[in-house]
Amino acid sequence: MTHYLEFEKPLAEIEGKAEELRAMARQNEEMDVVSEAEALDKKAAEMLIDLYKNLTPWRKCQVARHPERPHCKDYIHALFTDYTTLAGDRNFADDDAVMGGIARFEDKPVVVIGHEKGNDTKSRIERNFGMARPEGYRKAIRLMELADKFGMPVITLVDTPGAYPGKGAEERGQSEAIARSTEKCLQIGVPLVSVVIGEGGSGGAVAFATANRVAMLEHSIYSVISPEGCASILWKDTEKMREAAEALRLTAQDLKKLGVNDLIINEPQGGAHRDCNLAQVSVKAAISGLLKELSGKSPKVLINDRRKRFLDIGSSGLTA
Amino acid sequence: MNWINNYVRPRINSIFSRREVPENLWSKCSECGTMLFHRELSENLNVCTQCQHHMGISPRQRFEGLFDGGIFVEVEVPAPINDPLYFRDHKKYPDRLKAAQKITRETEAMLVAEGHIGRTPIVAAAQDFSFMGGSMGMYVGNAIIAAAERAVNLKRPLILFSAAGGARMQEGILSLMQMPRSTVAIQMLKEASLPYIVVLTHPTTGGVTASYAMLGDIHIAEPNALICFAGPRVIEQTIREKLPEGFQRAEYLLDHGMLDMVVSRLKMRDELVKIVRLLLGLSPAVMGDLPSPVPQDHGEEQTISPSPE
Repeated sequence: MTHYLEFEKPLAEIEGKAEELRAMARQNEEMDVVSEAEALDKKAAEMLIDLYKNLTPWRKCQVARHPERPHCKDYIHALFTDYTTLAGDRNFADDDAVMGGIARFEDKPVVVIGHEKGNDTKSRIERNFGMARPEGYRKAIRLMELADKFGMPVITLVDTPGAYPGKGAEERGQSEAIARSTEKCLQIGVPLVSVVIGEGGSGGAVAFATANRVAMLEHSIYSVISPEGCASILWKDTEKMREAAEALRLTAQDLKKLGVNDLIINEPQGGAHRDCNLAQVSVKAAISGLLKELSGKSPKVLINDRRKRFLDIGSSGLTA
Repeated sequence: MNWINNYVRPRINSIFSRREVPENLWSKCSECGTMLFHRELSENLNVCTQCQHHMGISPRQRFEGLFDGGIFVEVEVPAPINDPLYFRDHKKYPDRLKAAQKITRETEAMLVAEGHIGRTPIVAAAQDFSFMGGSMGMYVGNAIIAAAERAVNLKRPLILFSAAGGARMQEGILSLMQMPRSTVAIQMLKEASLPYIVVLTHPTTGGVTASYAMLGDIHIAEPNALICFAGPRVIEQTIREKLPEGFQRAEYLLDHGMLDMVVSRLKMRDELVKIVRLLLGLSPAVMGDLPSPVPQDHGEEQTISPSPE
């Protein structure tokens, strides 16, 4: 059963009808529905192209948060071999909102770290919906140090609504953990490549995405605040999230113009969730290309490249 | 034009601002409600003389109390591009900026200066909460980078007074990018082995806390300052329970190991002088009133200070 987004309702109707016809035909062999069903399929495919051709920023947010969208875990299992989970921050706990470990990417040893949102009620609760606590960032710091020590490139997969706003998280230094993780990103002498696969939520995303190269999936978003949060603060009305999403310029396309990401990875027609395998192939090719650009560079060159990348951001704005 | 901007305009402004004074002779303490005589309050660095509540203080006023003889030289901050996203909510972003500039009479939400404290040369940066909530946008990022570069060039420590509601939403992702940008600035200081001291003042929240405000060699906070990543309201909505009294206040953070000390604003200067001199391996400071040092000649830069009597 496909999960349809609000704006996909007309599409759901057509695809539903085609499905119904086929179900009827299965029961009654005399009925010939092939041509009719095919016509509906064609209509649905056209509508899908049309709907996704010019997604508004708010619709992009919905696609980026789609419950069936491939998550960090899916990419890790599809893109890497010998993936070995490493756990714990060696201080307090292991945070399941962040997964990471050592693995091979195209046979070469790497460290991979990412936010994992979970894909059903149970795993979503376990993963805290991808909202990391300080332990998650501290685990990431540990893994980046490991990568630096053994000369392994780091790949981060960003997909979080933001850092967890909880009592314990604050008590244990959420701010400090994020600040240190960002700092660690800037310090390591190995290539660091980041891919925003879904939602790049504020400081919780920066802590992983302060990379040499940042790629974003076509329908992913990256923002200082959620459109709902922005609407409630600036518009004093949470229902103005469409306007806020527009104003924040949080789409991969706008952010590329601002120099925030270096590469947009095309998604399958209708979003990554409609063809997870194809999305994974594209992400793999992108990471492979970005790592090649950075291979053979000395630690000093890599660190300076990263610094310069961020110092230069903001030197040009959008054109009206 | 320079002559008009630098000399004539301030004179004209000062005539008008003097006239405003009699209308605002008294301020009310926002905590205990005591009526406080404005001169007494500002001499006490906006700390209530009755209940010791620390009220907001502008960077300029803070620097006047911090630097020897109130003398400091502003460090120039490169201006960022204006309204990069063409952001508009109920108002246009440039209009909000202009309004804030009019109220505060400052260019932006951070002031950077160099000077001496207890005859110890330093660079200082202070965030202005009255300027759009002190929010961290490209200017603030540029200011921190300028402060760090100046400190490295002069081989001086950097003291940063933070005060902000977080990142400036009107600059979207570019405000968020100030988290890594300011972190690069702090790394420059660390590589030069120069002390970086953060004084966290009320309030310091969001992306500001989660970047340069939590990367100091020493963390000092003013009493009862709210210091957090997520604000208490957001947390209460998320966990659906009432937070304990004093949660996320300076003393609470001290108890939880996030700060080195909580220091009253009235004792802050002496504490900073002592710490900076210790870290730099200088002889102990001579306490008490010192004559003002001779201001250095900095070419075009303007010295902001009461005229020497």
